[in-house]
Amino acid sequence: MAQAKSKAARPLSPHLQIFRPWMSMMMSIMHRVTGAAAYFGFALLAWWLTAAASGPEQLDFVNGVFRSALGQAALIGLTWVYVHHAVGGVRHMIWDSGRGFTKPSINLLARASIVSSVLITAAIWAGIFAKAGVI
Amino acid sequence: MSGKTPLAKARGLGSAKGGTDHFWAMRVSSMASLLLTLFFFYTVFALIGADYAAIKAYFASPVAAVLAALFVAVNAHHMMIGMQVIIEDYIHEDPARQLLLMANTFFSILIGAAGVLAIVKLSLGA
Repeated sequence: MAQAKSKAARPLSPHLQIFRPWMSMMMSIMHRVTGAAAYFGFALLAWWLTAAASGPEQLDFVNGVFRSALGQAALIGLTWVYVHHAVGGVRHMIWDSGRGFTKPSINLLARASIVSSVLITAAIWAGIFAKAGVI
Repeated sequence: MSGKTPLAKARGLGSAKGGTDHFWAMRVSSMASLLLTLFFFYTVFALIGADYAAIKAYFASPVAAVLAALFVAVNAHHMMIGMQVIIEDYIHEDPARQLLLMANTFFSILIGAAGVLAIVKLSLGA
């Protein structure tokens, strides 16, 4: 399978470009994309921790990067990415329990995960900005 | 020494009983990560505006240090086995596939080890 190389141009089964994008399909793709983005984003946490363990000057430098406009945008974006992946994970746990497989509930879960991931991200950053005295 | 081929030896013995290991590891690590994530955002919130001494004092608590180290370790493991599936799905040619799988292992363990060591040093360091 892994090494299969067909020389003849054989017909392929229908793939992405032939299907109308629908909610559950987009959410499945989003789950993988956010997982991959969080994979690289997690390096930022290791960077901060390593800087904190190295000393106050190193920590100040990383904090400065994180507090810059680009840093804040990246952290807010990564928070949503992480929360969306976590909420998507809960959706998978519901499916793993054998529930939520009817068409309405699949669409409901898809919508709920978009809305809740945005709301949770907004709540987290409202809390952070409030505590930092920005708002 | 048997003259049987490996396939002939395996035939009729049933599955290797290991087919669901990866699936189950994904579920266990996602549940662990979900619980530890609540603690992570609590920590972020607690450390907003904290100076260096306050950060060290926070991680000096054994409860905070253990949960933080587990958060890093569990997520490093989860991201390693997750990215493994992505690589296996899209990259079919060796040696690119093998090298990417290795790079994934190295990167994930590096992130996990760096994060855990940093937490240990923050917690126990003078």
